[in-house]
Amino acid sequence: MKQHLRNIYRLGIKELSGLYRDKLMLILIIYSFSLGIYISAKAAPESISNAALAVVDEDHSALSQRLTDAFLPPMFSKVRYIPLDQVDPGMDKGEYTFVLVIPPDFQKDLLAGHDPALQLNVDATRMSQAFTGAGYIRQIADLEAGRFLAGDDSIVPAANLVMRNRFNPNLTRAWFSSVVQLINNISLLAVILTGAALIRERENGTLEHLMVLPLTPMEIMLSKVWSMALVVLTAGSASLIFMIQGVLKMPVEGSRLLFMLGMIFNLFAVTSLGIFLSCIAKNLPQLGILLILVLMPMDMLSGGMTPQESMPEAVRFIMQAAPATHFVSLSQAILYRGAGIEVVWKQFLALALIGGILFYFSLWRFKKSIAS
Amino acid sequence: MTSHILPLVKAERLTYRFGKVAALQEVSLELFPGELTALIGPDGVGKSTLLSLVSGARRLQKDGGLFCLGGNMREKRHRDNSCPQIAYMPQGLGKNLYFTLTVEENLQYFARLFGHDRAECRRRIDLLTASTGLKDFLHRPAGKLSGGMKQKLGLCCALIHDPQLLILDEPTTGVDPLARGQFWDLIDRIREQNPSMGVIAATAYMDEAARFDRLWAMDEGKILFDGTPADLFKQSGKSDLDGAFIQLLSPEKRAGHREPVLTPLPPDDQIAIQAHELSRKFGDFTAVDKVSFTIRRGEIFGFLGSNGCGKTTTMRMLTGLLEPSGGHAELFGSPVTGNTMEIRKHLGYMTQSFSLYNELTVKANLLLYARLCQLPEKSVAAACENMLTRFGLREYAYEYPKALPLGIKQRLSLAAAVIHQPAILILDEPTSGVDPVARDNFWQLIIELSRRDKVTIFITTHFMNEAMRCDRISLMHAGRSLACDTPQKVIESSGKKDLEAAFIHFLETASPPPELPELPEIGKNNQISGRKFSFQRLFACAWKENLELLRDPIRAALALFGALLLMTVMGYGISMDVEELPFAVLDRDNSMISRNYALNIAGSRYFVEKPPVKDYADLDRRMKNGELSMAVELPPEFGRELEAGRSPDVAVWVDGAMPMRSETINGYVNAMHEQWNASRPESRTLPPLNIEIRYRYNPDVRSLPAMVPGVIPILLIMLPATLAALAVVREKEMGSIINFYVTPLTGTEFLIGKQLPYIIFAYLSALLMVLMAVTAFDVPVKGSWILLLISLFLYCIISTGMGLLASSVTRSQIAVIFLTMLSTMLPATQLCGMINPVSTQQGLAKIIGTVYPTTYMLLICRGVFNKALGFKELSGAFLYLLCLVPLIASLGISCQRKQEK
Repeated sequence: MKQHLRNIYRLGIKELSGLYRDKLMLILIIYSFSLGIYISAKAAPESISNAALAVVDEDHSALSQRLTDAFLPPMFSKVRYIPLDQVDPGMDKGEYTFVLVIPPDFQKDLLAGHDPALQLNVDATRMSQAFTGAGYIRQIADLEAGRFLAGDDSIVPAANLVMRNRFNPNLTRAWFSSVVQLINNISLLAVILTGAALIRERENGTLEHLMVLPLTPMEIMLSKVWSMALVVLTAGSASLIFMIQGVLKMPVEGSRLLFMLGMIFNLFAVTSLGIFLSCIAKNLPQLGILLILVLMPMDMLSGGMTPQESMPEAVRFIMQAAPATHFVSLSQAILYRGAGIEVVWKQFLALALIGGILFYFSLWRFKKSIAS
Repeated sequence: MTSHILPLVKAERLTYRFGKVAALQEVSLELFPGELTALIGPDGVGKSTLLSLVSGARRLQKDGGLFCLGGNMREKRHRDNSCPQIAYMPQGLGKNLYFTLTVEENLQYFARLFGHDRAECRRRIDLLTASTGLKDFLHRPAGKLSGGMKQKLGLCCALIHDPQLLILDEPTTGVDPLARGQFWDLIDRIREQNPSMGVIAATAYMDEAARFDRLWAMDEGKILFDGTPADLFKQSGKSDLDGAFIQLLSPEKRAGHREPVLTPLPPDDQIAIQAHELSRKFGDFTAVDKVSFTIRRGEIFGFLGSNGCGKTTTMRMLTGLLEPSGGHAELFGSPVTGNTMEIRKHLGYMTQSFSLYNELTVKANLLLYARLCQLPEKSVAAACENMLTRFGLREYAYEYPKALPLGIKQRLSLAAAVIHQPAILILDEPTSGVDPVARDNFWQLIIELSRRDKVTIFITTHFMNEAMRCDRISLMHAGRSLACDTPQKVIESSGKKDLEAAFIHFLETASPPPELPELPEIGKNNQISGRKFSFQRLFACAWKENLELLRDPIRAALALFGALLLMTVMGYGISMDVEELPFAVLDRDNSMISRNYALNIAGSRYFVEKPPVKDYADLDRRMKNGELSMAVELPPEFGRELEAGRSPDVAVWVDGAMPMRSETINGYVNAMHEQWNASRPESRTLPPLNIEIRYRYNPDVRSLPAMVPGVIPILLIMLPATLAALAVVREKEMGSIINFYVTPLTGTEFLIGKQLPYIIFAYLSALLMVLMAVTAFDVPVKGSWILLLISLFLYCIISTGMGLLASSVTRSQIAVIFLTMLSTMLPATQLCGMINPVSTQQGLAKIIGTVYPTTYMLLICRGVFNKALGFKELSGAFLYLLCLVPLIASLGISCQRKQEK
């Protein structure tokens, strides 16, 4: 037993010093966990911001002026006035996401109680803004028209709505997207490091040499798991503390240690996934494509980018097998909602199970893949 | 040599340094046309450096001058022009070959690079393969050839054109004696045809060097001797080159050198290795055919045979790496298949090609192997020191093997194999490429291990003087053992005077040598210029790349259909719609009105009601574990307050962990609240403004029609870029990039040639995706088909071009995978307007989004699919893509160096 541990330790150290030699790789790792996270965090605009709105004002009344002035930055970029015949070309080119058309005699008709209609054109291919943005524009227009007609005081609703967003009161997108990016980077790096390192050893013949030494496949695999997991764990933790908490000022509700423990469970699962993929792929180019085929859907469907509730049942079911699904869910619970182990133990269990199964399968395929 | 003949090669005080270490120190020499010159010297004295400089593969440093074929090698123009006249075969087993291609295809590739037409290709390939015995293996992949056969193929590739200067770096290392003879005969015949050709060959075989016109002996970066072999004999007073060579060396290098002497094997009846009718088949091919032998403990057993006769396969079976197809083998009485840890602990193995870690220093490698072989920790350091001294590795202790000469690497491998004092040593050509002094030292160690420590040694070699030192030898040919006895008896039974003659006798009896074909007339020596762009070379490059891609059907299939798979998954999986959100009510009032409010929310399709919340603690817990996305609290007296017109508050908590989803929830709840308010008579509000919302291009605001056209540009950048990037870096890592350095291939031809197959693959994949979008996803193309098809093609060129660009800055395949993923996945999915419009982004993200090609392809895709647009409306995006094509291509080409630094 002691000898096993010693071998695992030594082979792992070998992995680390090999990685240390690859300076470009180190630079890329540092970049992806610092600047890469920053860019991605800042990429997503804060809620509806800078929405490109154009107004076709055919009324030229006090009300139409008042309506137009109500659409303010930062939610809307500076409102542009365009003639009616520019609506289609402008929207076709994607210059405006929203175009509000105020018909002639709008104010007159409204005062006369004719219930005239405003027209709002929405570019529905802009999925993230279309729906929410239209809702905001409707609310703002409604409010302004109400004030114009009746003055501020005379509106009394039956009940007031007081909405509070828990865990992220201002719905700061950067908090969300930085964590998502961190999670994606963790999977990407862990899978590449273990998977590619193993294939490269096979291509260079060093793996075959190891198999002649008094070493078991289990030891070789575990050594890759621990060493590469350690690298990613360090990078990930540093990124959380210095980039996400430090630079992006995201408050962490739960226990950082618990999150790191979750990261370790996740790393066991994803490094096993890397080894598993490397046992399927015969060479590095194959692995490269396999990585994309596995990582892309995992990133996009794990619930990090869009909520899992809105995915089809079948997709949700399949995604239960992906480590990222559970890691995303436990990260959100711990980091935003301050959940403790009593809440997230299920995810921990799932990760351990997925990792264990992948590891076992890899072990089984490992010897076969060396001999070929 | 008369002075009016210009030298082919002229070096003037040539100096080359690796960091602080001088590999060459003021070397001056001249080579004249028609001369056959051998370069000899110990390992690691600068032989390979000199040869790679002369060939133009390595860039000159500032000291000294080098002139080849009448021009200065510093000038790119001259290098380009002279390159077709120089042939270079690098050191190492098949370094310049493509392992998935067959022998024929490898040769075809080189022939095409040098501009031969079809008939000429055929003639040359037939001739070269017939003279090297490769003719029967034309259709075998180069990777499946034995080590020696790889060498032969490498040589054939170098000789495919008629060079004026032939540079061979240890061409016969690992080649059997019979083939070596044939090899030099071939060179002689080529020289007869082309008497002005100059040849420089580095070699570790001293018997070979004796047949050369001239010898250059090198040590420590200097030329020690320049003259004929006869001069050398005279100068050293020795009658054989091995001895003469050793005399040349500095006294400290000679110190401790003794001729190894084999003492008789003491009787020992314990059997260490036993093989009984061991066989191995690969498909139809029988690599090893019923081989039997019994080796006693402490015996040195030599395994000799022609290249590809099954020696390595037998060894792999003995180590347990390969299952025998028939028969069985035993080590110390226990079967190899049940290869226990205990046996492995006492096994030392050295593979034919270097299989230690290039990323660890020499010393670190030794320490690692000592520990992995479970040497007690206290003796590890001493054992390592011992090996460093014993194998002359001390000065290389902190260097990385990759940069070391072959001979040093071999010594390191050997040291790693014996460091733990194994009971059985299995050594596959351990002394190939090692200089005579080191070889003798090594044999002393072998003999010592065998006689003193009773280590059983199973060794293959192509050196006959080494074979003579074995207790017994087995002669193998075509998978069978021809003779197995003491060297003396083998010689006697053949009736020849020495072992080499006996060896050749046995082989020739087993299979008579083929008739050598007549050499062709001196053909047109295709005067090709290296400078001019050539379509033939470009297509040769594309042809080879395409073959490699097709040889790997899994990769090709993944590349082609992987995108479709991803498109399906992402098209269906990603949805911006938010539905069926779990929510619960904390109703403190429990009146008709408060229940009516809750019902209003529960009734919408957006929300699903969960059991009511009991209290704040319950609310807290259930929101924390993500069970509830929203909670509604209705205060006590809600109904009464409302009826009294006092506008009570409804408190709603939304889970803000996913801001996008939370915003949608906010929107829904606001709208429902307004509606409910309007339905209450207590409200004193104006009727809502009439706003007609027209969702254009995607009237149902469904995710699929918006997603599918967006997914195409994303997938079309990631997969092709990764594939193309790996194509180049793979050659760098495997070493075949050397062909780019030394053949007339220009950067443009090389990169565009490599890119072509990937562009075609990417485009096919793009067409399949469009087809799938239109049929399976029912997202029709409303706009201009022509625009879509042309811009997709441009985009494929750009994405593969970006991959090549990434490859120019990376050396390892791992780094290039990571780099391309980072530089495509993040920008393409997040910064290019797939989800958030580029115009709404800020800072760096906006800049990247603005210049990144995916942004524009996305505009075109959405324009054509969703908005029914054509050239007129999308001209800006189209022109941008059009301009990027040459920009990225030229950037990639200018970043690709044509010489090694």
